[in-house]
Amino acid sequence: MSFKTGTWNNTIDVRNFINKNYTPYDGDDSFLTPPTERTKQLWEEVSSLMKKETAVGGVLDIDASTISDIDAYQPGYIDKERETIVGLQTDAPLKRAIMPFGGIRMVRTSLKNYNREMDPEVEKVFQYRKTHNDGVFDVYTDEMKRARNNGIITGLPDAYGRGRIIGDYRRVALYGVDYLIEQKKKSLQDYSYEVMDEASIRHREEISDQIKALHQLKAMAASYGFDISQPAQDTKEAIQWLYFGYLAAVKEQNGAAMSLGRVSTFLDIYAEKDLQEGRYTEEEIQEFVDHFVMKLRMVRFLRTPSYDELFSGDPTWVTESIGGMSTDGRHMVTKMSYRFLHTLVNLGPAPEPNMTVLWSRRLPQNFKNFCARLSIETSSIQYESDSLMRRKFGDDYAIACCVSAMRVGKQMQFFGARANLAKALLYAINGGRDEKTGDQVGPELLAVRGKYLDYDDVMKKFSAILDWLSKLYMNTLNVIHYMHDKYCYERIQMALHDEEIVRTEACGIAGLSVVADSLSAIKYAKVRPIRDERDIVVDFEIEGDYPKFGNNDPRVDSIAVDVVKTFMQKLRRQRTYRGAIATQSVLTITSNVVYGKKTGSTPDGRKLGEPFAPGANPMHGRDENGCVASMMSVAKLPYDYSEDGISYTFSIVPDALGREEEDKTKNLASLLDGYFGEGGHHINVNVLNRDVLLDAMDHPEKYPQLTIRVSGYAVNFIKLTREQQMDVINRTFHTRF
Amino acid sequence: MSTIKGRIHSVETFGALDGPGVRYLLFLQGCPLQCLYCHNPDSWDPKDGQVRTVEEVFADIQRYRSFLSGGVTLSGGEPLMQPEFCEALFTLCREHGIHTALDTAGSLPLSVCKEAVDLADLILLDLKAMDPDDCKRLTGRDNHNAISLLDYREASNMPVWVRHVLVPGITLKEEKLREMANFLKGYTCVQRVELLPFHKMGEYKWEQLGRPYTLTDTPQPTREEVARAKAIFRDAELPIPS
Repeated sequence: MSFKTGTWNNTIDVRNFINKNYTPYDGDDSFLTPPTERTKQLWEEVSSLMKKETAVGGVLDIDASTISDIDAYQPGYIDKERETIVGLQTDAPLKRAIMPFGGIRMVRTSLKNYNREMDPEVEKVFQYRKTHNDGVFDVYTDEMKRARNNGIITGLPDAYGRGRIIGDYRRVALYGVDYLIEQKKKSLQDYSYEVMDEASIRHREEISDQIKALHQLKAMAASYGFDISQPAQDTKEAIQWLYFGYLAAVKEQNGAAMSLGRVSTFLDIYAEKDLQEGRYTEEEIQEFVDHFVMKLRMVRFLRTPSYDELFSGDPTWVTESIGGMSTDGRHMVTKMSYRFLHTLVNLGPAPEPNMTVLWSRRLPQNFKNFCARLSIETSSIQYESDSLMRRKFGDDYAIACCVSAMRVGKQMQFFGARANLAKALLYAINGGRDEKTGDQVGPELLAVRGKYLDYDDVMKKFSAILDWLSKLYMNTLNVIHYMHDKYCYERIQMALHDEEIVRTEACGIAGLSVVADSLSAIKYAKVRPIRDERDIVVDFEIEGDYPKFGNNDPRVDSIAVDVVKTFMQKLRRQRTYRGAIATQSVLTITSNVVYGKKTGSTPDGRKLGEPFAPGANPMHGRDENGCVASMMSVAKLPYDYSEDGISYTFSIVPDALGREEEDKTKNLASLLDGYFGEGGHHINVNVLNRDVLLDAMDHPEKYPQLTIRVSGYAVNFIKLTREQQMDVINRTFHTRF
Repeated sequence: MSTIKGRIHSVETFGALDGPGVRYLLFLQGCPLQCLYCHNPDSWDPKDGQVRTVEEVFADIQRYRSFLSGGVTLSGGEPLMQPEFCEALFTLCREHGIHTALDTAGSLPLSVCKEAVDLADLILLDLKAMDPDDCKRLTGRDNHNAISLLDYREASNMPVWVRHVLVPGITLKEEKLREMANFLKGYTCVQRVELLPFHKMGEYKWEQLGRPYTLTDTPQPTREEVARAKAIFRDAELPIPS
């Protein structure tokens, strides 16, 4: 294939290749094609396997005797005759692999949970071989363990793969593996050093490991009958080559989030050529994409029940970033952007791959409407502000997991889960003691005294607790990532990076709106602490009303902004592993429920054990002025102090978006324009169906700010009694009119 | 500097159902009618609500400009119970190029609210029923003010969207709907007719206020009934959304 040449011909530079060769698409979705017969049959087979998987308790099968690796398995197929894109994680569809290098205990527990036993041969290996988890616990201090056990720092990747690393899988297709190996070898030869110190030794060892992994990648592809040593020659090969790269990653690593990157516009360049030269038809190209996405939907990891409790729904975060603007002013929407999203129609809605649209006001209106319509139909798209991220990351970044932007192939992060700031506030009130266990976890400060909480006093103590927490938190992460590099290094993913990369150490916070509302209550109402026999404050009485986060009220929104800034400033003061840049996110995914469970009553009126709001969301039921006011509050949170992302979940019933289909689409698109125009970073759009509402009855915490509207009438769903909710459900999803 | 104050029931910053586009909805407190099917009975008492000046309200609207692809809608309650407030707020909106809509049942004489009506780019007129007796039964008053309002908009060539609630057993009757359709046919100012199926989502508010709700046993209209009602208006060549 002949492409426009550029620097990408002399050095690895995928961005340059894309920029020189892609074709922006301004048209609508009318060119899209329905699934082929072959796709339908294949998807039927996959669906029935997935149903079986659910029926037998969530895990279809496990290979308990093979330690997973890039080339550890014989080739596997769903239906060899029908698959146009091939490759499975193990030798059979949905069969899970064991990946013990993160932690052998986690594998053992998972196997036990599914009534399986580890192969004695595997057990034997780990009598001699240490894991990441072993390493971490050899080094953890008592203080770190206490903080972890009491849940002020939680979800740490100290027993599982850290994930959130995106290999530049496009390099496999664009260059072929031989060139990549050659480049790595060259860099090893060229690597200059003064002293062969720890950093130099590690660097050389890692690159040697990467080269081995690239050889294994080639061998794995060869077992499927493909020689990927040379560049891909057409769309089908480009997808297949790229997928082999990704597949190698999910064979090697059970990472918390194994994102795909930003591949669709890259692939469109091949598709445009093929269409022009008559090599493939639109139907054929869509078929490749459908089959590829099917594979991505089948990625599985073996995990423990406690992990699933934290992140329900067996997530893998195969995030694909779509759209955005080029730094030269052109938008980056291509036909392939449509084709990827169209899989939500051809194969039906699904949470994976995690379709992420990089939104800009300047995206073509056709595309905006297309996305909005799909959101309404499937609730399967998340949106992130391209304007905010392009400023920091250029135009070839992608999202890892949910909200973490990084330059593809040039940047990685040390994932750090999150600190529970609501609990930190309680530590400030209780002199560093945990409100549940009574343990002295934090520094022994003077606990609050007096009948009512005093704002200045609490703030002073809170700041001292955050000083302690930020330091302990970062130090803990340093331990984790040192050991992960040492015992569970992501060889293939890092082989698909440059040699010199930017690293971030990505911290996170949970319970932001609880903290903001609590501080607002202390400042604007009167909050009386209630102590138990241990002299620990376990509850609060609030006299009077106070401004609540989520109503676009500057009095409390500014408190939330300050909390974000303050904690980030404290994190920036800490020394990080490998010179990583400290960042943080305001993101909980679904763990807000578990964090809430572990946290006592808070001064905002939230009771012991009640869930936090997810991510940066206002507490459910406290935002009273409609969703725009709520969005405006969230949009104020400063991305400059939360560069790893600020997550907001938005739920609405279809009828509230407008009376006619066309209005709904237009209104949702303009809502997104407005939110991002105000500086919002991320938004999950849930346009709710009946099943979701039924779920909301049992789990109101998952559906903050769920408003049911029917012309001039508005009610917050979760505030109604059960009976009223049933009423609304029966009414909203009218079988009746 | 005016010091006109209004009594506010509540604010909805994302209104997508009351007028075109995304709108800032301000529900004003107080209503002279007592509709049997009212879903906001908490907005009836004119002494309730939060007192705010026009300037305060407008400043709040300004903060949402980038979202408001539509404009501002005043609803209630009956917004025309506070005509000076409506007039002052609409004046400010128009000065700033914001589209104004008034969601009213036209339950006050035009003489007291003409200025506010003139300043509304669009009137969403809730026509309860044609027959004066039906009106009295449903709302406690007849509909002559509403008809005058419609006539006035026709005369001044200003648009109206008519809304009508379909209540089984009361308004959801073929002859009554036909009568309304025939009546509306003559008005060129009617740009849209919206038929709203009766629902009971406000019933719990009646309970909370300790008011007896009389429509507990009234069913909600079926999809077919709604479709048939729409067809009647469509046959009269009235603009009705699908």
